[in-house]
Amino acid sequence: MELLEALSTKFNYWIYIIIMMIGLYAMISKNNLVKKLIGMSIFQTAIILFYVSIGVKEGATIPILYHDQVHPSHGYSHHKADTGHIEDHHPSHEEIVANLLIEPDDFGNPLPHVLMLTAIVVGVATLGVGLALTQKIYRDFGSIEESEILESIKSAK
Amino acid sequence: MKSFALITVILTGWLLLSAVSDFPSWGDTESPANDYRLSQHYITETFPESSVPNMVTAVLADYRGYDTMFETVVIFVAGIAIMSILRRKPLDYLKDTGRETRSYKKDPDLIIDTTCRLMIPIIQLFALYVVAHGHHSPGGGFQGGVIFGASFILLALSRDLQAAQRWVPEKRVLNLAGIGILIYSGFGFACMILGSNFLDYEILHKIMPATPVEARSHSMLGVEIGVAFTCTAIMFSIYSNLASNGDMKETL
Repeated sequence: MELLEALSTKFNYWIYIIIMMIGLYAMISKNNLVKKLIGMSIFQTAIILFYVSIGVKEGATIPILYHDQVHPSHGYSHHKADTGHIEDHHPSHEEIVANLLIEPDDFGNPLPHVLMLTAIVVGVATLGVGLALTQKIYRDFGSIEESEILESIKSAK
Repeated sequence: MKSFALITVILTGWLLLSAVSDFPSWGDTESPANDYRLSQHYITETFPESSVPNMVTAVLADYRGYDTMFETVVIFVAGIAIMSILRRKPLDYLKDTGRETRSYKKDPDLIIDTTCRLMIPIIQLFALYVVAHGHHSPGGGFQGGVIFGASFILLALSRDLQAAQRWVPEKRVLNLAGIGILIYSGFGFACMILGSNFLDYEILHKIMPATPVEARSHSMLGVEIGVAFTCTAIMFSIYSNLASNGDMKETL
């Protein structure tokens, strides 16, 4: 029973560990360089999942303020439209901020999202460089199997 | 090798799993990461301080401006690295292998051609929207830049690399990538010249028709545009180098 409860409240960690280990296994055991790179990508995905799941709050939405919160002017102009006298009253930033009420628990934690946004970019960059190196190795050795590359290096000596 | 990998993976996995019970539960609002005043500050003070409703973009482009700037440099360097690893002159390549260039002048397929003609402008328009509206809705420089780069990749896939290179030749790719970083660091240096810290956008209200708070919002848009330039160029450069094996002649 205790195990079941631990599984249900912390399932995100189990999933990230399993995905991460799949990636690690592929990186260590696979002979093919492209498969190793795929393993690296799976590993990165697991870490992204870990970070994003840490920033989740129960009952919270994405970390972007609601339109009504930052544009309260729309409410006023509708009111005035009834009298046939349309006047666009745009409240200044200070007025909006003075009436703004933000409950931190209503919005997800933005920090993990930002960190992972940059991590995805680095992931793309490293994957691209890795694939380029693999292509260069294929051009020079005619193979992307690790054992065949090692053999051709040995026989060249 | 297989058994060694299995033992390593099981050991590491067991170590990580044994620490799971110390982690906060799913969706816990009281967890250290969610409860700490830094993330609370980002949620409650982003709009009062910078008039940007999208906290992720605000943290990305303003509060963590250094991080994002060097992130842009990272993808720039990655693009340069891929180019210097793979790029070669097609003539030397032919001498080495004695292979003739296969001509890929296939007849344009009517369905593919028409679909791409319809899709590519819409993709590019959407990319511009994602960049320009990135601080009010989900989006930003990286995302918009990748979408814009994808439109050129679609063109290269549907026709051939030469068709896409009419729009983004290699020289222009490198220029665009450099210009993006120059835009970003230009905002930083403009702040320094006006007497504030590097990437402290508030001071830019002196040269912008805006209040100090709005200046931060506008500067965020500016640096996002810079990021989008670099991202677009490098995405296409990565694709074209990898797909043509570095000689920019034949594609997949």
